[in-house]
Amino acid sequence: MRGCEEGKGKEEKMNAKSGKGFGILVTFCAMFLFWLLLSGIFDALHVGAGIICSAIIALISHDLLVKEKGDKMLSKSFRFVIYLGWELWQIVLANFDVAYRVLHPKMPIDPLIIEFDTSLRSDFALVTLANSITLTPGTITIDIKDGKFLVHAIAKKPADALLVDKTMQNKVADVFMEW
Amino acid sequence: MVLIDAIVIIFLAAGIIFMFTGVIGLLRLPDFYTRLHATGKCDTLGEVLIIAGLLLYHLFVYSPGAELSVKLVPVKLLFLIIFIFLANPTATHAIMKAAYKTGVKPWKKGDARM
Amino acid sequence: MIEVFLAIGLLIALTILLSLYRAALGPGVFNRVAAINVIGTKTIVLLVIIGYYFERPLFFDISLLYAVLNFIGTLAFAKYLERGEVWS
Repeated sequence: MRGCEEGKGKEEKMNAKSGKGFGILVTFCAMFLFWLLLSGIFDALHVGAGIICSAIIALISHDLLVKEKGDKMLSKSFRFVIYLGWELWQIVLANFDVAYRVLHPKMPIDPLIIEFDTSLRSDFALVTLANSITLTPGTITIDIKDGKFLVHAIAKKPADALLVDKTMQNKVADVFMEW
Repeated sequence: MVLIDAIVIIFLAAGIIFMFTGVIGLLRLPDFYTRLHATGKCDTLGEVLIIAGLLLYHLFVYSPGAELSVKLVPVKLLFLIIFIFLANPTATHAIMKAAYKTGVKPWKKGDARM
Repeated sequence: MIEVFLAIGLLIALTILLSLYRAALGPGVFNRVAAINVIGTKTIVLLVIIGYYFERPLFFDISLLYAVLNFIGTLAFAKYLERGEVWS
């Protein structure tokens, strides 16, 4: 068992080494494409400056953009796009909710702070869930610590939607396949 | 053409209405945390709606010049939309976490305005 | 269409003026930081509108840059207020 794990560690190390080159390459390509799209000038000076700048950025910060080689990226991104559609509708609902609470003469708000556990692991999934919570009706993420979300809710009802129904957590977990 | 104009104006008007709602919330709500509720949501959608309206305007109405840098403007607006969607909630979250860590007390029902 | 852009730009300027109340008088530093962040994000949209009103495509680059700088500035402010230092 231990030998198997060691072998796995070695393989991961090699993967990490090839992953580093892969990360640099992907970062360089993304940065250079971004440069071309923003500048829109294709003479030697501008393109050369773009190549140098993208190379420096790729060497310094290749581990920011590409962290791990995920599996099933295609299916995940497809699910993510579907999730974005649902999320947009939730954002519109959230805005009408805030508008109702703000413009109502008595301001029906009753703020409370709640806490719940999450089973998500990867950074991207956590960021997606945190930003979704911030943008959906009546809740804002304050902190994520050791798999615990700290959320400020503007009233009892949106807090219950997170604590009891857990629609959004289940949806994000479905998207990233991390239950 | 008139139809596209009408759609663009609807987008811009909806965006500006949401932005006004956010500002009224910023002025009217009782404490820091609830104010961020108003600005974090309403501003994000309002700004994205206005920029999306201008994107539609550029794609269907505006007749751009010959230079490539003018034709690439929709790409820049798309980058702006994506960036606002990512950055606005993150900035809200960062300020809120800093306030919570330094011990700003949340407002409870029945307290005085802060 | 130009008149619509002018009207929208003036209305955005009005919202910025209203948020300036919170930035100037809002009790405590956090209200001010939040209001300044809001003003910054509104300025992005205002710059895009100005770009269409004066038909200068340069303003879109400026607004992209302003978006990034405003975000980084807010993050640095939040970090400083949280820990008392930006780098750690």
